[in-house]
Amino acid sequence: MRGVSIIGGGLSKFGERWDKSFRDLVVEAGTAAVIDAGIEGREIQAIYGGCMSSGRLVGQEHVGALFADFLGLNPIPATRCEAACASGGVALRAGFLAVASGMYDVVAVGGVEKMTDFDSADVAIALGGAGDMEHELFFGATFPALYALMARRHMLEYGTTEEMMASCSVKNHKNAVHNIYAQYRNEITIEDVMNSGYIASPLKLLDCSPITDGAAAVILCASEKAKKFRKDPVEIIASSQASDTISLSNRHCMTELHATKVAAADAYRHARLTPKDIDVAEVHDCFSIAEIMAIEDLGFFEKGKGGPASLEGLTALNSEISINTSGGLKATGHPVGATGIKQAVEIMWQLQGRADKRQVNDAEIGMTHNVGGSGATAVVNIYKRL
Amino acid sequence: MKHPLPLIWRMIPEKYYIMGSHCSTCKNDFFPFRQICPNCRRLGKVSEKRMPPTGTIYSFTEVSAPPSGFEFESPYPLAIIELDNKVKILAQIVDCPMEKIKIGSRVTMRFRRVGDDDEESAISYGYKFALIEDSASASAPAPSAKADKPAKASKATAAKG
Repeated sequence: MRGVSIIGGGLSKFGERWDKSFRDLVVEAGTAAVIDAGIEGREIQAIYGGCMSSGRLVGQEHVGALFADFLGLNPIPATRCEAACASGGVALRAGFLAVASGMYDVVAVGGVEKMTDFDSADVAIALGGAGDMEHELFFGATFPALYALMARRHMLEYGTTEEMMASCSVKNHKNAVHNIYAQYRNEITIEDVMNSGYIASPLKLLDCSPITDGAAAVILCASEKAKKFRKDPVEIIASSQASDTISLSNRHCMTELHATKVAAADAYRHARLTPKDIDVAEVHDCFSIAEIMAIEDLGFFEKGKGGPASLEGLTALNSEISINTSGGLKATGHPVGATGIKQAVEIMWQLQGRADKRQVNDAEIGMTHNVGGSGATAVVNIYKRL
Repeated sequence: MKHPLPLIWRMIPEKYYIMGSHCSTCKNDFFPFRQICPNCRRLGKVSEKRMPPTGTIYSFTEVSAPPSGFEFESPYPLAIIELDNKVKILAQIVDCPMEKIKIGSRVTMRFRRVGDDDEESAISYGYKFALIEDSASASAPAPSAKADKPAKASKATAAKG
């Protein structure tokens, strides 16, 4: 396998984009990525598009072809990738494998979701399909409920508190103040989180990532050719993915995401690195408890220490490890199909020194961690400046 | 949430009797039913098996933002229950106030209507669980004979919890 690098990335503005359609968002992010990479559309040889629920929500399927058509890239092959909230992550990995294999030199990878046009109870049904429809959603289990069940166990087994969870949301909002693409750019306090109503106890409104419209795109290129396009490409030095049971109740342990641990171990092995080497990471904080479990499962903190570490500020910008400098899913927003790609764009900016006021000092190695469902899919990528 | 009639019909054994599977090679039980034993794969010998109707609450939550079809029940308690054969199952807890639900509480299966289907689709039924009141405190064993008998000791138990 040969090396694969990101030569450009772009985002649409995340938020309630009532002025823009599903396809408009794809064009907004795709155009930004192509311009950032400094390439011509005709140099792109294939498209991989992440999208979870366009059929259920927008009514549009066949989005690979839609991507190619409205980006003006026909007739190159275009394929949709779906893994619930990890759709972006698996699309990125599909593009990575296509270039690493030698099949293509340059591919475009995008992710999109249009969610705010719809009633939140209907969005809950669409997202509920990321779990086991017949045994979770059937009984009224929403995604906040599944993570709440994990949170309750984490609190019991490790003494994690609601304040510790709240501190993740507070930190992510603080980071998003400096991210012009973020849905929420306001700072919040632990009291704000504690006083926001319960969605699924012990998780409150401000423990939960929002419903968001948005798209993200990156251009991947064989590392051996990447410097033809720009002087500072970012190489994907490991890309790993793992699966676990579709339903939460079938897991042996509910205070970790086993798929995250498996994917992370594989990624560290491929990159010949350890958790201590990571300077900046975008982790999948669909809920505050998910960030706490992620920083433990990725090896940044011992199991059970993720909560206290968050409360003590060890995950803040330029602290022990900078987690979710973009504002994470909580404050940047979580258009489910786009999130895995947005994370890669943020890490690219960090490693290129383009992250403005949220820049991590001397960031050399970055990581993205994208989860589908309640942990049935996890994608972990490690990045380094080429 | 609207379910197609064939789906509701197919799910009857699973939803009415908690029909799971047992692998006679590794001696493990599974729910939901699996045709392939994840431990033994082709060496596994899988057959249908009813799961025990009693267990212990492993984790719980109260859902306040329901998906469509559950609006009229909200807020409702939802739990992961460790059944007496160690298999875990997700279900609603019924017939008790939220304050009485604790990790470790003993529960037993109830047969109930599930969800709130619209008038055009069939009504779906399935398992939910209720507290075994006499032993709502964490570690007490389940007196299965008393499982369906309404208990009067609830006040004292609630105060303790």
